[in-house]
Amino acid sequence: MSKKKDKAWFALFTVPLLFVFTTVVIIPFIIGIVYSFVKWDGIPANPKVFVGFNNYVQLFQDDRFLASAWNTVEFTVIALIAVNLLGLILSLFVTSKLKVSNAARTMFFMPNLIGGLILGYIWQFIFTDALSYIGDKTGLHSIFFNWLLNPQAALMAMVIVFTWQMAGYTMIIYIAGIQGIPDEMMEAAKVDGANLWHRLTKIVFPLLMPSFTICLFLTLSGAFKIFDVNLSLTKGGPNNATEMFAMNIYNEIFGYSHYGLGQAKAIVFFLVVAAITLTQVIITKKREVQM
Amino acid sequence: MKRSGKILFEILLVIVALAFLSPVYIMLVNSFKNRAELYENALALPSSFSFKYYSQAMDKMNFLTAFGNSLFVTITSVVIVVLLASMTAWMLVRTDNKLSKFIFLTLVATMLIPFQTLMMPLMQVMDWIRHNLHIPMLNTHGGLIYMNVGFHASMAVFLYHGFMKSIPIALEEAATLDGCSKFGVFWRIVFPMLTTITITIAILDVIAMWNDYLLPSLTLADKGLRTIPLSTFYFFGQFTIVWNLAMAGLTLTIIPVVIFYLFSQKYIIKGIAAGAVK
Repeated sequence: MSKKKDKAWFALFTVPLLFVFTTVVIIPFIIGIVYSFVKWDGIPANPKVFVGFNNYVQLFQDDRFLASAWNTVEFTVIALIAVNLLGLILSLFVTSKLKVSNAARTMFFMPNLIGGLILGYIWQFIFTDALSYIGDKTGLHSIFFNWLLNPQAALMAMVIVFTWQMAGYTMIIYIAGIQGIPDEMMEAAKVDGANLWHRLTKIVFPLLMPSFTICLFLTLSGAFKIFDVNLSLTKGGPNNATEMFAMNIYNEIFGYSHYGLGQAKAIVFFLVVAAITLTQVIITKKREVQM
Repeated sequence: MKRSGKILFEILLVIVALAFLSPVYIMLVNSFKNRAELYENALALPSSFSFKYYSQAMDKMNFLTAFGNSLFVTITSVVIVVLLASMTAWMLVRTDNKLSKFIFLTLVATMLIPFQTLMMPLMQVMDWIRHNLHIPMLNTHGGLIYMNVGFHASMAVFLYHGFMKSIPIALEEAATLDGCSKFGVFWRIVFPMLTTITITIAILDVIAMWNDYLLPSLTLADKGLRTIPLSTFYFFGQFTIVWNLAMAGLTLTIIPVVIFYLFSQKYIIKGIAAGAVK
């Protein structure tokens, strides 16, 4: 077949997707960078004024933005630990050859399919009304109160909902990893007198390193970019105490119509997400054990 | 492990699993209660099962319309993603030159870009197209589908690309010698061999698109076009204090997801594991 014809086929197969992709991702990304150097209120008739790095300087002096960045870091660190710990425990539970394992696995995974927005609404009722109710009945008002009215507790509420959503997901990945460990290896260790703790720490965990990489990567980027649960559970409240990175950007652009400043924040957001995920992948890839 | 220990362990796991789903229980029981009963005891079973709040919620949420909208947008988007991404990935795998490497790396690199970085300029681009080319990209299902395809393209190409590298080229060469066109080779020989990864991609995308709130909220303005997450959002904004009605509405939105899950559970769990490992 002629080279020209090959090229025509190549174009026919790839151009439709690349065209859509370019208009939806590439062009917006590029003009997004341009917008971040501009002051504009989003109204087409109003002028876009070039302000250089002004937006970037301004965002680092924006206390609410810095607070939201800190909230996100705090949330991400706690959520990362909670999700992976619970996911790992659940996976060890359901791979222990019990009769109810399969049913349990089905139940643990289910919350993951319900969207973050709807999960947030369900839990909103639990954290406000159900917890207050338990508090009134038991008198334990120090634990059972409206969590969403207390800044620190509201952040924990977000961690709980996110964990509920993601633990089943990481569980599935850990299960795949555990099932990849040869039975003979575990039997041999048992014969040699290794107890459960030793078998876990010396065999299972090192061999699960690839699964850890994947799960950490997924929870890290998921937690860092959280928006839906934030919107439906706390709306950033009380008093912006749980406003995360993504929501701050959304509010700046569409809430306050600071299109340029908001877009500068969005670019910083991209740089941070890219830096974290790349570093994290590089570090964990290095530590993986070869089988 | 001893027998009695094992039984104890089984019971423990059942308790943990039930406790895990207790939020679903709380949602269900309160969707049947009247206001007084709900505030009297938020955790107890309802004294009677009336579906009054379900029919009210269905009405207020425009549930059937929203369900139809979600179904149409999700299925159309996923079909287009699968078709275009598999074709693109095949060409990229089978053409070994700088251009196809460049295209592939660009697609992979953009997977790092969060949606928030693109949302505002994307709306400007779509508005520009609407204004200057007179193609209705905003406030239409077509526009939303178009953007869904754009956002899910790179991940799908990436997954197909990884999978195709393991498919032997011999069959394709034989078919070409027999006079089959590239089009024929792809649809008759290559695509059927991709079924496993196609299912994975379809499931991952169905879940993501069905639950997506932010993109539809930015593109759809008309009430009649709303998808399920959107109509839930507006419904909740309106009836946030009326918890029994709200719980009935939330239960409604979850029913299709649970049915989908129970029927395709095997594929979903396999697909999640396969999709994540790549």
